[in-house]
Amino acid sequence: MQWINAIVQGVLVGGLYALFAAGLSLIFGVMRLVNIAHGDLIVLAAFLALVVMQTLGLGALESLVVVIPLMALLGYVLQRGLLNLTLGSDILPPLLVTFGLSVIIQNGLLQVFTADSRRLNAGALEVATFNLAGIDIGVLPLVMFLAAVAVIGVLQFIFYRTALGRAFRATSDDADVARMMGLDNRHIFGLAMALSLAVVAIAGVFLAVRTNFDPASGPARLIFGFEAVIIGGLGNLWGTLAGGVILGVTQAIGAQINPGWQLLAGHLVFLLVLAFRPTGLFPRIAG
Amino acid sequence: MPEPILAVTELDAFYGDFQALFAVSVAVEPGEVLAMIGANGAGKSTFLKAVAGVIPAKREAIRFRGESIGGLSADRILKRGIALVPEGRRLFPSLSVEENLMIGGQLGRKGRWSLETVYALFPVLGERRNQASTSLSGGQQQMCAIGRALMANPDFILFDEISLGLAPVIIKDIYAALPGIVAGGAGAVIVEQDITRALSVATRVVCLQEGRVSLQGRPADLDRAAISAAYFGT
Amino acid sequence: MSAVTPDWRVERATATSRLAAVVAIVALIALAAAPAWAGRADMRLLSEIFTYLALACLWNLLAGFAGLVSVGQQAYVGFGGYMLFAFAILLGVNPLLTIPIAGILGALIAVPVAVLIFRLSGAYFAIGTWVMAEVFRLVFAQVSALGGGSGTSLPVAVVKDIAEGRDMREWIVYWAAFLLVVVVLGGTYWLLSTRRGLALAAIRDSEVASESLGVRIWRTKLMIYVVSAGATAMVGALIFLQKLRISPDAAFNVNDWTAYVIFITVIGGIGTIEGPIVGVIVFFLLRETLADLGSIYLMILGLVAIVVMLKAPRGLWGFVQDRFGIELFPVRRRIRYPLD
Ligand SMILES: Nc1ncnc2c1ncn2[C@@H]1O[C@H](COP(=O)(O)OP(=O)(O)O)[C@@H](O)[C@H]1O
Ligand SMILES: [Mg+2]
Repeated sequence: MQWINAIVQGVLVGGLYALFAAGLSLIFGVMRLVNIAHGDLIVLAAFLALVVMQTLGLGALESLVVVIPLMALLGYVLQRGLLNLTLGSDILPPLLVTFGLSVIIQNGLLQVFTADSRRLNAGALEVATFNLAGIDIGVLPLVMFLAAVAVIGVLQFIFYRTALGRAFRATSDDADVARMMGLDNRHIFGLAMALSLAVVAIAGVFLAVRTNFDPASGPARLIFGFEAVIIGGLGNLWGTLAGGVILGVTQAIGAQINPGWQLLAGHLVFLLVLAFRPTGLFPRIAG
Repeated sequence: MPEPILAVTELDAFYGDFQALFAVSVAVEPGEVLAMIGANGAGKSTFLKAVAGVIPAKREAIRFRGESIGGLSADRILKRGIALVPEGRRLFPSLSVEENLMIGGQLGRKGRWSLETVYALFPVLGERRNQASTSLSGGQQQMCAIGRALMANPDFILFDEISLGLAPVIIKDIYAALPGIVAGGAGAVIVEQDITRALSVATRVVCLQEGRVSLQGRPADLDRAAISAAYFGT
Repeated sequence: MSAVTPDWRVERATATSRLAAVVAIVALIALAAAPAWAGRADMRLLSEIFTYLALACLWNLLAGFAGLVSVGQQAYVGFGGYMLFAFAILLGVNPLLTIPIAGILGALIAVPVAVLIFRLSGAYFAIGTWVMAEVFRLVFAQVSALGGGSGTSLPVAVVKDIAEGRDMREWIVYWAAFLLVVVVLGGTYWLLSTRRGLALAAIRDSEVASESLGVRIWRTKLMIYVVSAGATAMVGALIFLQKLRISPDAAFNVNDWTAYVIFITVIGGIGTIEGPIVGVIVFFLLRETLADLGSIYLMILGLVAIVVMLKAPRGLWGFVQDRFGIELFPVRRRIRYPLD
C-alpha cells in the first residue's frame, strides 16, 4: 500500500515537472533556445506571487491572475530586449547570456528576499484529502496535476490549431521565408517567450505552494524540467507530460527505498533513457 | 507606351564584399510576363530576391507602381503586392499543405485568391490539404509554393526556377496554370532554365550574364544564336 | 610558453610575441620564486589565482575551441577533490600523489560520461553536463566513509605527509599549483598549435563542417573532453588540498567552479589563449574591490559577462587585439586555417 501510495504521489508530482518542462520545450521548439535561467524564472515567479499575495491580499492560486500576465510581459520584454540579440548560428551567446541571467536572478532574489526558505499558503486546500480505494490523495496535488494536463492541452491546442501556433512552427522551420510572408520573427519569438513565462508563472506558484523554495531553488527545477523533456522526447508535449510522470514516479520509488536516493533515482532513469533511447521514449511522430 | 509597373534601374546587389549584380536595369509593363534566363550563378535569384526585399537594395533602384521600394523589408514589399515563389520551394516542413497556404495569406490582402480558388487551380492540393507538406511530390510541392504565394493576392509575382527538378508532365501542368495565374495580376517575372519554355510564355526576355544584362528583347525578335551568345558569353 | 615548438616560432613569431615570451619567462621565474618574496597570504591568493586560471583555460578549451559548452565542470573539480580525500584518508596515499591519480581517474570516468552526454546536441549538452555534476554530488553525498552529506576534513597526520613544517607545506602546495597551471597553459597552447587543434577550431567555427566530418570530429571532441576532465580533476584535488576540508556542496558548487570560471573566460576573451589570463586578472581585481558587496558582486559579474558577450564576443582581449593588432601567443590564426 505504501508503494502504491508513493507511486500515486509520484504521478501527481510528475504533473509539476511537466509544467517545469513545458515552457522550456516550447521555446526550444520555436527558436532552438535553451534557457538556462528557466528554473530561476520559475523561482522568480514564486517570489512574485509571494509579493502579490502580501500586497494585494490575494490567495495563492488567485495570485496567478496577476503573476501570469506579469511574467508573460517580462518574457516578451526579455526576448525583444535581450535574447533576440543572441540568436544566430553560434550556440554560445544564448547559453552564456541565459547563464548570466540565471546568476543575476538568483543573486537578485537573494539580495531582496534573503536566503530564507518560503512557502505560499494555499489555505484549507493544502490539507484537504480524499480517500480513493484506500489511498489518500491530496486535493491540492490532484488539482495541480489536472492543471498541468490542462496547460499542456492548451499549449498543444495553441501550437497545432491556432494561427499563433502556425506562426510559431513556420518561423521555427524557416525564419527567412516566414519573414517574407509577413511574420516578424523577433515578435514571434517574443510571443513564444511570453507564453513560456506564462507557463513558468503557473509552475512557480504551484511549486511554491507544494514545497519550500528559496532563491537557490531554480537550477534543480531547470534540471527536472530538462529531464522530463529528454525522457519524453523532444518536441512532444504529451511526451513531456509522460516524462514528468516517469521522473516523479522514479523519484518517489527511490525515496521509498532510501531518502537519499530520491533525486539520484530520477537522474538515473534520465541517464538510462539517454543510453538506450536517446531520442526519448515518445519521440515526435512526423506530422 | 504605358508606364512600367516594375522599373529596376541600375540595381547593384552584394553578398558581403561580393558583388552579384552590376547596374541591372529591367522594366516590366502592365500585364507583361518577363522571362529571365542565364547560366547558373548569373544572378537571377539575386535579382528576384532584391526585388522581393529579401536582400538589400538602394531605395531608388526599384520602383513599383511609381513608388520606390528598394530595400524595404520583405513583408512590406509583399504588402504592396509583390510575392516571390522562392527557388527550392522552401515550404514549411512542419506545416500541413493547408497551413502553408494559410501562412501565405496571413497578411490579409484582398483579392481573388483564397483556399478555394487555389484548390480549384491545383485540385491535388485540395485532396491533400491536411497532409504534411513534406509528403508531397516535387511537383505538388511546387504547386503548394505557388499557391502559398498566390494566397497573398499579389499583383505581381516572381517565380524562381519554376520547373527545376520536375517531371515533364508536371511542368506542363504548371505552365498550363500559368496564364490563369498571371491574367488577373499586373505582371510577372519568371526565372527559367528551359529557354524554349521561357520564350513560349514570355512577352519579353532578359538574359543575365555574370551579374549584368547581356540581352533584352521580345521573343519574336531574338534568334537562337544571339540568345546562346548572351547566355554563355561566347 | 616553454612548449612553443620551434617551427611555430619561425612561422608565427612577431616582435610583440617575442617580447611577450621574454616577459612571460621573467614572470614565470618570479612566480616560481614567490616563497622567497611573498607572504603567506599572498601565496595563498596566488595559488587561488593559479587554480582559477587553470580552470578557465580548460573551460575555454572546451567551449571556446571545441564548442562543448559545459556548465558542469564542477563535476570534475569535486571528483578530483574527493579522490584526494579517498586516497589519502582511506588508502594512506601521499596527498601530493593523489593529484595525478585524480587526473587519471577523472579522465577515465569522463569517457562513459561523454559517451552519454554527447548524445545531447548543442545547447542541451550544457544542461546534460549539469545533470552529471548533480549525479556526482549525490553519489559522493552517499559515501559515509567520506563524511556523507556533511563532508570531512583531512586529518593532521595526512597533512603532515606533505611535509613536516608548515612553511614547507605551504610552499609545496604553492609550487604544485604553479606547476599545474604552467602545464595546463602550456599544454593548451601546444594542443591548439597542432594540426588537431586547428581542426578543432574549425569545428567550433562551422557546424556544417562538423557534420560532414562526423566520426573524426566526434573523437577529437571526446579527446578534448576527456583531457580537460582529467586536468580539471587534478585542479580539483589541488583546490581541496589548499582547503583541507571537503563537502558535497562545496566540491560540486556550480557558482564557484563553473560560473566564476565562465565569467573569467567570457570577460577575458573566449576562444583566445590570452583571454583567461586577462579574465583572471580582472576577476581578482574586481573581487578584491567588490567582494564586500556579496551577491551584488555576482550580479555585476553576470551583467558584465552578458554585456561582453553581446558587445565584444571575443572579450577584453579580443577587443584589445582588434584595436591594436597585438598577438602574444599566436594560435589565433586558427580561424583562417582550412580544415585540411
Ligand atoms: N547567399 C549568398 N552568399 C554569397 N554569395 C552568393 C549567395 N547567393 C548567391 N551568391 C553568389 O551570387 C552569384 C549569383 O547567384 P544567384 O543569384 O543565385 O545565381 P542564379 O540564380 O542565376 O543561379 C553567384 O556567384 C553566387 O555564388
Ligand atoms: Mg538561382
